[in-house]
Amino acid sequence: MLVYGTALHSRLLLGTALYPSPDVLADAVRASGTELVTVSLRRESAGMRAGQAFWTLIQGLGVRVLPNTAGCHSVREAVTTAQMAREVFATDWVKLEVIGEGDTLAPDVFGLVEAARILTDDGFKVFPYTTEDLVVAERLLRAGCEVLMPWGAPIGSGKGLNNPFGLRAMRAHFPDVPLVVDAGIGLPSHAAAAMELGYDAVLINTAVAQAGDPAAMAHAFRLAVEAGYAARLADPMEPRDMASPSTPVLGQAMLA
Amino acid sequence: MKILVNGERREVASTTLDAALVELGYSAALVATAVDGDFVPASARGICRLDENSAIEILAPMKGG
Repeated sequence: MLVYGTALHSRLLLGTALYPSPDVLADAVRASGTELVTVSLRRESAGMRAGQAFWTLIQGLGVRVLPNTAGCHSVREAVTTAQMAREVFATDWVKLEVIGEGDTLAPDVFGLVEAARILTDDGFKVFPYTTEDLVVAERLLRAGCEVLMPWGAPIGSGKGLNNPFGLRAMRAHFPDVPLVVDAGIGLPSHAAAAMELGYDAVLINTAVAQAGDPAAMAHAFRLAVEAGYAARLADPMEPRDMASPSTPVLGQAMLA
Repeated sequence: MKILVNGERREVASTTLDAALVELGYSAALVATAVDGDFVPASARGICRLDENSAIEILAPMKGG
């Protein structure tokens, strides 16, 4: 997968939140085979220096980071957070979230487009967390985004792909744009389904971090993403409404 | 003067952001800063003057999804 001129060989992007411990997080990242993990920014206390310890851990994993603007509900918050993240993480990549609704954590797509335009004009490589709405997608691309990240279901819900029709339409409408299903995936089968729809990658966090065995689940997602991608390349059959025999009828014995 | 540091009211003698960071114990910390909602790059902290009730945000790397 090529995003903003960078080749990513793993099609599994992994979040770093909600793990029971830093060691479990590290094991899950290794088991997933991911090359890109999402990170965030939070208030730092002068004494604790927790941020430094976390950053040292991530740097030791040898993966690229995608800072997010999680929790931002306004354009100004998201833009300022992105600017701060660029300095701390030394990357111009940003997963842009502008949250519009608290219960579903649905994007505020109007603010998202506005923030995306401001940030791309400022040299950011924006990965927008969006809905599967094609009009919004078009506006994001016009704002300078070169990748789109539609949700599968509300963040952390594990519901899977709520609107496969919409996701399929998005894939068909933007055949050359890297598309990543972000949010809502709960099981490896959901990830495989996204890849079978033709998506270029999936971004998982809670489904791995909150599994009983996060490293084992990360490995399962790795296999599922590879399987779904291989299936897409193999050109799946079209479903039929009626049965169709797979064993030849010609030459069948008359035994009745 | 009194300022807000990550949402908490603090008393500082410093009048610039870089001096305030040292005074508050953030020397050499890997942090990004904003004052009154605007990003202040590390290179500009020395000329960023603080006023009474300035609100400073001091952020660092954290886990995220």
